[in-house]
Amino acid sequence: MIEIKNLSKIYAASGQEVLALDDVSLTVQKGEIFGIIGLSGAGKSTLIRCINMLEKPTRGSIAVDGREITSLGKQELRLARQKIGMIFQQFNLLSSRNVFDNVMFPLEIAKVPRSEAKERVQELLELVGLTDKAGMHPAQLSGGQKQRVGIARALANGPKLLLSDEATSALDPQTTRSILKLLKDINRQLNLTVLLITHDMNVIKDVCDRVAVIDNSRIVEIGDVLEVFSNPQTPTSHSFVNAVISHEVPGELLHSPMDHSGDTATKLIRVSFIGASAGKPLISSMIRRYNIDVSIIYGNIDRIKDTPFGNLTLEMIGHSELLQEALDYLRGEGLEIEVLRNA
Amino acid sequence: MLELFGDNSWIVGKVLVATWETIYMVLTSTVLSYLFGLPLGIILVTTAENHIMENKGLNRVLGSIVNAARSIPFIIFLILLIPFTRLLIGTSIGTVASIVPLTIAAIPFVARMVETSLKEIERGLIEAAISMGANAQQVISKVLLPEAMPSLLLGFAITAINLVGYSAMAGIVGGGGLGTLAYYYGYQRYEDTVMLITVIVLIVLVQGVQMLGDNLAGQIVNKRR
Repeated sequence: MIEIKNLSKIYAASGQEVLALDDVSLTVQKGEIFGIIGLSGAGKSTLIRCINMLEKPTRGSIAVDGREITSLGKQELRLARQKIGMIFQQFNLLSSRNVFDNVMFPLEIAKVPRSEAKERVQELLELVGLTDKAGMHPAQLSGGQKQRVGIARALANGPKLLLSDEATSALDPQTTRSILKLLKDINRQLNLTVLLITHDMNVIKDVCDRVAVIDNSRIVEIGDVLEVFSNPQTPTSHSFVNAVISHEVPGELLHSPMDHSGDTATKLIRVSFIGASAGKPLISSMIRRYNIDVSIIYGNIDRIKDTPFGNLTLEMIGHSELLQEALDYLRGEGLEIEVLRNA
Repeated sequence: MLELFGDNSWIVGKVLVATWETIYMVLTSTVLSYLFGLPLGIILVTTAENHIMENKGLNRVLGSIVNAARSIPFIIFLILLIPFTRLLIGTSIGTVASIVPLTIAAIPFVARMVETSLKEIERGLIEAAISMGANAQQVISKVLLPEAMPSLLLGFAITAINLVGYSAMAGIVGGGGLGTLAYYYGYQRYEDTVMLITVIVLIVLVQGVQMLGDNLAGQIVNKRR
């Protein structure tokens, strides 16, 4: 759906050149929800704005639905933009128009006949659940309702691609979830490709199929969300993942005294698991098989899409040889084991 | 009313005619100055850097012309434009003739007022329209002007009020209206009553225009709240 190749953007600000995007290449598949995460100033906003040419790239190519967008003429670009919806952090609704007319706005731009446009607006308001708010002005709406209007407006001309520029960043967590759910629903119902940028890993976790991590104007990691969450490859990805699911073991655990005597040993381990293995009673069967004591020190389980994943920090006490065998058993079952401390 | 003035009842007729002349001059020149000043203001905004019709050269040239025109005091404008007014109207005396300098002096003022109003529109709104595929004309007619309407109306009122003042100045050089009345009767013939009445009528006029402007702008703002 989107194919970005070697995209660079350089801003010339007061004689100084600022590199906002550095040789970015990225492919977004049809029908997926693709997230780009990065800290503010990383370049994600510039990147999404290049896709509908709100920013003019300095170098590189962007094809949307097989059509090169960077070389379009003015009129062609306007027509192409009508088929790329966009929603914004600040909603950007017209205060001079009520909800109905705000959704009507892009249809006026596309010169859709009025009666047809009115019908379309009705459908869209129904889709986002705002039929009863049609006559209200944006100032009378809550943030979540405003973003719903924004979404209805973005979908007015039947785009194949929706760009979301921090669309939930101004909303509270609960409203964020409901807007994300709406995005997910329209993604499925309309087979709409969604490209979103965010600084919130929760957004990525909740709706995205794939994610790209952008840091310092470069894409440092791209992959399935589950993959990036379970095994982040770069320090930036790591810190984003940690913001949602803590992999860190509280420091005092690593230094508190552990008792051991004779051939009894104690190990502090961290078990990471994804998917199916999370469902199996592996820990309890290990306890029975190897006759060891286990106490859960710290744990974290979450779901990405429908796959459970998480980690557990365990203190295991038992015969030192049996302990080693128990670890091998867990590894053999596909769990990732990290020994944090031995005693 | 008539008894109040006693044998000065002739004043009432004079004041009524002069008031009508002033309203006529001010209204016509305000409307005409917007006819030219509004597009000029729109061009000043939209040709600025990073705006929808960016054109730094044109923007600088127009900006300089507007600034130059605004730095000429109106009383000098009035004299400077006499030949032009004669060419256009056939005379430089009278109500119709004073509409010419009033309008021309107000155009750069209007342009700046419009520019200020339109500059207040958030960048994000313009970008949203562009992201939907709007062209410059659609951004102007569907975003900039409607969004800035309350502020534009207040600007319109301020322009009209300024023109009430200017029209009095034009009156002194034979432009008609309350200015002429005050000058001929109040100043040259020491008719203090005429002077007083003129001042009162001017105050009422200005108050009226301001209230009308505030009211209309307020109504729109309230509707949007």
